[in-house]
Amino acid sequence: MRDRVKIPKISVEQRRTSFEEVAQSLDLAAAQAEAERCLHCKHRPCVAGCPVGVPIPEFLSELKAGNVEQAAKLVLEKNALPAVCGRVCPQESQCEGVCVRGIKGEPIAIGALERFVAEYRSPDTGQTKPTLTGPKVAVIGSGPAGLSAAADLAKAGLQVTLFETLHAAGGVLRYGIPEFRLPKRILEEEIAYIQALGVDIQLDTLVGKTISLDDLRQEGYRAFFIATGAGLPSFLGIPGENYNGVFSANEYLTRVNLMQAYQFPEYDTPVKVGKRVAVLGAGNVAMDAARTALRLGAEEVRIVYRRSRAEMPARAEEIENAEEEGVLFDLLVAPLEIVGKDGWVTGLKLQRMTLGEPGPDGRCRPIPVVGSEYLLEVDTVIVAIGQSPNPVLFSTIPGLQVAAKGNVVVDANGRTNIVDVWAGGDAATGAATVIKAMGAGREAAAAIIRSLNEEA
Amino acid sequence: MNLGYRITAKELLAPGIFRLMVEAPRVAAKAQPGHFVIIRTQEGGERVPLTIVSAQDGQVELIIQVMGKTTAELATYQVGQEITTLLGPLGVAPQAPAGPGIMLCVAGGVGAAPILPRAIDLHQKGWQIWTILGARNADLLILEERLAAISDRMWICTDDGSKGHKGFVTDLIPEAAQAGIIREVLAIGPTPMMAAVCKVTKALQLPTTVSLNALMIDGTGMCGACRVQVGSETKFTCIDGPEFDGHLVDFAGLSQRLRQYLTEEKQAHQKFAEEGGNCQCGIE
Repeated sequence: MRDRVKIPKISVEQRRTSFEEVAQSLDLAAAQAEAERCLHCKHRPCVAGCPVGVPIPEFLSELKAGNVEQAAKLVLEKNALPAVCGRVCPQESQCEGVCVRGIKGEPIAIGALERFVAEYRSPDTGQTKPTLTGPKVAVIGSGPAGLSAAADLAKAGLQVTLFETLHAAGGVLRYGIPEFRLPKRILEEEIAYIQALGVDIQLDTLVGKTISLDDLRQEGYRAFFIATGAGLPSFLGIPGENYNGVFSANEYLTRVNLMQAYQFPEYDTPVKVGKRVAVLGAGNVAMDAARTALRLGAEEVRIVYRRSRAEMPARAEEIENAEEEGVLFDLLVAPLEIVGKDGWVTGLKLQRMTLGEPGPDGRCRPIPVVGSEYLLEVDTVIVAIGQSPNPVLFSTIPGLQVAAKGNVVVDANGRTNIVDVWAGGDAATGAATVIKAMGAGREAAAAIIRSLNEEA
Repeated sequence: MNLGYRITAKELLAPGIFRLMVEAPRVAAKAQPGHFVIIRTQEGGERVPLTIVSAQDGQVELIIQVMGKTTAELATYQVGQEITTLLGPLGVAPQAPAGPGIMLCVAGGVGAAPILPRAIDLHQKGWQIWTILGARNADLLILEERLAAISDRMWICTDDGSKGHKGFVTDLIPEAAQAGIIREVLAIGPTPMMAAVCKVTKALQLPTTVSLNALMIDGTGMCGACRVQVGSETKFTCIDGPEFDGHLVDFAGLSQRLRQYLTEEKQAHQKFAEEGGNCQCGIE
């Protein structure tokens, strides 16, 4: 039996100095050969493993037969952002994780094939821009949850307006995920597809501040979907966090991705590069920040994580990429204090940890090793320990039920306690993945469509 | 997708300081005293926070001092041109308590711009407004007439003595405190000035509010670039402020953070000048 296709990547040397995309596309022959490996098993665990239910065996069959456009069509029916998902989904814990071929070998490279068909499709695979005449719906936030909800609502003929606070659409796909993992060109193509469905995107609009929900209700909006993500960066609350040279990962990545600071001074926004960089945390955001720092020219970049490799929440491929590129991993160490001089960070006071019993989340709890404190010299610290939902919009909606962790409370249909307001994605769950947010966006869109139909 | 915000009026107020009226109907409709906006001049530009000085007829009034590349570039913009981003209104608009009482407004340099809408609001709520307005020299005093119109008493000072008292705004606070019972102080200006004011008002036990001008990117709580120590807590200037209890603000830390990109700011400004950028704002 044939082995899983090897995903072509640009060389490590190239990767260390440029923001060019690391993983390259398969060619048609390689993609078809990989699709051939599908066993077409009866119970299709991959489809159940996909939060948006992409008909994986069916699109693989079309691909095998050379009907790439038909394959793209099948994917797009369930997933409005296939070129994005093929790149950023944690496939190893979803479709590929349950692939039957993976039991005695390696699973089908579903992510790479999804990406392939998404890119191979001709630009007009989407419908020509229809005139939408249904009730008006406002989607707030243009990240993965908002984009996928907007696509479904438009497909159902509703007049959808997508409101975005920043000057460019995409949410975390724009400000968070770097160019070398998700080129902006790809994101822009996917957004163009969603606009072609008839979705109107309004930038520079912070709903709640620029315009209130009541204003929008008066303008005739009948339903709202809050998809504002988890944009509020968490800090550790240890001494020294406000020194110069200490960033939230959000700030570091926003400077580079949204504001294109890696092209300063051609672009106006700068970023501090640093020679010795420590990234606190081991999720995807931490990997993105570490790999960004390397590309900006840092000499030594390390991930500092209080648990062991097995507990690192990042996607396996990104950990592997980071390691290949030369990111160091300081595992089982926790920061106690950020030390500095003349206002700038000079080091990190760290303490070694061991792993104890699993906590309520199933992950082993780190336990401090007494007397193991040591100092690590660094000039840049990037805090990547998580984000929580941004409270700005929530605080402007009277009576909206918000949980203690800052997320909006929703029912099984994604509806909040306010009758015309739904919420989904990180805004409702706390920080999770792109694809889960997209799944929530689709479910909420379906619920909104049902509700508006019942009213009609 | 991108709206574009048209400049409808432009006026030079002082060397290097100018005012713009910009069309932004939604922002203007929601603006309250104390709010700010984030602007970008053009694609590729940085995001810069600016106080909304006033809002009327679908337009917002902005007062800008040329400090770096973006402000120099903005100074070249003429009536009819568009800026590419204008997001707002942002920040917490303080709910001013009702008067009576004396509010001592202490404004330094371009700090007169953010203090004006707050002073007008307080005046309308029944406060007596006493104003200390200072600048480096007489030419750089701005908004004197508009502040005078709502002030019950007013002191002017300049560093070089070219108008009013020769010296700093802090010199005049004890005099004002002698002249009447000051209920609160609102101080807005350069960070060292606000720090100095707070030192004086703390000794005099006068509650003091300041408005901070931290570095920002998104302006909506997303990046934390604008964080500042206030008492025992770290606050985000953009969503928790920009106004804070001046006696709790760590001004030394704030000053440090404001200097974080000094080298890059100079580099960008120099590049702009070398490429023929002339801000035409009256400074050499």
